Amino acid sequence: MPSARQLRTYYGWFTAGFLLFVLLLGVGERLGLPRVLIGYTFLFATIGLYAGIGIMSRTTDVAEYYVAGRRVPAFFNGMATGADWMSAASFIGLAGSLYLLGFDGLAFVLGWTGGFCLVALLIAPYLRKFGQFTIPDFIGARYGGDLARAIAMGAVLMCSFIYVVAQIYGVGLITTHLTNVDFSYGVFLGLAGILVCSFLGGMRAVTWTQVAQCIILLVAYLIPVAWLGLQYTGSPLPQLAYGSVLERLAVREGELARDPQELAVRGVYQARAGDALQRIARLPQSWQDGQGAARQQIDELKARHAPLSELRVAERRLAHYPATPEDARRDWQQEANEYAARGAPLMPHAEPFWSGAADPQRAAQERDTKRWNFLALVFCLMAGTAGLPHVLMRSYTTPTVHQARKSVFWALGFILLLYLSAPALAVLVKYDVYTQVVGKHFSDLPAWVAAWSRIDPAFLRMDDINHDGVVQLAELQMGPDIVVLAMPEIAGLPYVITGLVAAGGLAAALSTADGLLLTIANALSHDLYFKMINRTASPARRVTMAKVLLLLVALVAAFVTLMRPGSIVSLVGLAFSLAAGSLFPALVLGVFWKRANQWGAIAGMLTGFAVCAYYIATRYPFFQAKLGLAPAAWAPWFGIDPISAGVFAVPMGLAAIVIVSLATAAPDAASGQFVDFVRMPDAHNGEKGESARNR
Amino acid sequence: MGTPRQRYWRQTRRLTAVLLLVWFVVTFVAAYHARTLTFSFLGWPFSFYMAAQGSLLVYLFIVFFYARQQHRRDAVFGVDDPRDD
Repeated sequence: MPSARQLRTYYGWFTAGFLLFVLLLGVGERLGLPRVLIGYTFLFATIGLYAGIGIMSRTTDVAEYYVAGRRVPAFFNGMATGADWMSAASFIGLAGSLYLLGFDGLAFVLGWTGGFCLVALLIAPYLRKFGQFTIPDFIGARYGGDLARAIAMGAVLMCSFIYVVAQIYGVGLITTHLTNVDFSYGVFLGLAGILVCSFLGGMRAVTWTQVAQCIILLVAYLIPVAWLGLQYTGSPLPQLAYGSVLERLAVREGELARDPQELAVRGVYQARAGDALQRIARLPQSWQDGQGAARQQIDELKARHAPLSELRVAERRLAHYPATPEDARRDWQQEANEYAARGAPLMPHAEPFWSGAADPQRAAQERDTKRWNFLALVFCLMAGTAGLPHVLMRSYTTPTVHQARKSVFWALGFILLLYLSAPALAVLVKYDVYTQVVGKHFSDLPAWVAAWSRIDPAFLRMDDINHDGVVQLAELQMGPDIVVLAMPEIAGLPYVITGLVAAGGLAAALSTADGLLLTIANALSHDLYFKMINRTASPARRVTMAKVLLLLVALVAAFVTLMRPGSIVSLVGLAFSLAAGSLFPALVLGVFWKRANQWGAIAGMLTGFAVCAYYIATRYPFFQAKLGLAPAAWAPWFGIDPISAGVFAVPMGLAAIVIVSLATAAPDAASGQFVDFVRMPDAHNGEKGESARNR
Repeated sequence: MGTPRQRYWRQTRRLTAVLLLVWFVVTFVAAYHARTLTFSFLGWPFSFYMAAQGSLLVYLFIVFFYARQQHRRDAVFGVDDPRDD
């Protein structure tokens, strides 16, 4: 393997080459290169590059396949961890969520960065000293017995699989966006890119691909942000200067909040929400009346020989009319909520835990709930970060304990490049929309508005509710993904940058999917097959097994993705809470509390997992509907949203470990020696984790 | 005061606890009081600045400081890894 200096030279040239490639495509665009061709070039050039690195790094050696030979220097391991970490949700979703949620969205920013403090202080150095292959390895060696290992493996599989489905979904979405192919083709095209890399070279190939992906995704994010920053703050580093834009945004928000036309549109929505609530109050009579009215309208239209199109609309309305009064209650409640949200007063971007309620007592209550949900979400995302196996795995790939500590520093550094930019981007785009779109005539809107509302109304939708020909803020509905995807066009950049942003999003989703698939396949091949089923398997057989399982898992994940389960955000939240609840307590107490024993760990992991699963299943509206639970009878505990189930699961998991450990016999001497072994960073008492229990 | 290895671990634990306290304050204490900490800071409302930038930079410092201090401590107690130099 090349030295750190050689690596720096290689990747330096790679970055320069990539920038040149973008520049050349830009020149090509000027000379008339069609847009579709630019999209395809980006897609195939980047996937081809990843495949090339994968083929160059192919290996059949166990240590190379599982942990890249433990020779990745801290700086590059940090980059690879960064790419592993920054997923489609970070790259595409984050800035959009910040746009829509304002201050409250910063819970994601805090949670997804602060978690690395826990990784660095509580887990990474100790895992590196242990120096085996997987997370269940650590649990199995520390607590002893196959049962603890098997449960840890189950938890690793569950949270990684849920997370990987979200990533493959993102891959499909971006591939479709770049090339206009069908979503299912997009999924399999992306999957090919993932597989060709991890299949041949395992962790070694994934590591060097992820370093390249980290460079691509950061370049793709930072270039348009710098450009937009130059326009609004006069500086290419808007991260340092967007405070002034935030101030101007607040002034504009004040104007819009008092604007009479704006208030009129919101009034219309409030009236519609009130109408829906009245219909609910008069159930079941209102349901019968509505059905009768819809039928009567059709008869009238037929009687006066109305145009066919009008008749079709009326028939469709009847076809979609709620089938029972119960359905009507659900549908109308949803309708009322949507209209009430659109009719609510304007939310100031920088105000924490904002409430639009007019009644001061209710507003105070809402603010309090929002505050606790904010804190709970931050906690869950942090503990989940320190429990998600694909990130922790990366501690194994550095040469020494000190390099593992430094690697977390570099990882967080690269992650911050994106995470410090996203809040700035959200503010800049919001200011742009509030001044360049809102208040303008429908006839002279910027070109990107029309282009994106044509693609999909889920991205952007406008209705002239009060028929004044001018866009009011309340008439505008934006989906979160458009903020990043349309950013180059909002900044007035050429199409080649739009392709670059999509390629960056693809790099983010692919790199995370790579790491996750590898984690899943390794848990199955190493922990299940090698450690529990066939302890005499040869190294070559183990690697072959890992490759076959990787292929199978990838296909199953793609299949599940095609069924489009749930939304990406809720899937990701679920994975974080499960990782936080089941793995985090057992890992931390395994190092910091010698008295923790096998039964405690088993009880802790099961409790954490069960609490999360129970809370999500009974409180998440999607599952409530599936299980036929009445939302009123299953109110959330302390008003905490199901996405933050980990806030209950982590303390309960910790308590279960402590109580059960103390109630059962102290762990054996081997486990004490194991703890002493991982706490010391020096190499002389056993290399490559030849600890007391493994000898 | 115990063996050098016990002292090494005690000091490591103390540093971990202190840094976790800093982490807790800039995260949870700052966010809990977000509605009152609204004075202007470098042009941002303070609580917004902390959640969007300030706390993140403190996190980076925590990780940096821990790696540096532990590396020094490893050398003092002679438990460092010769491959690091």
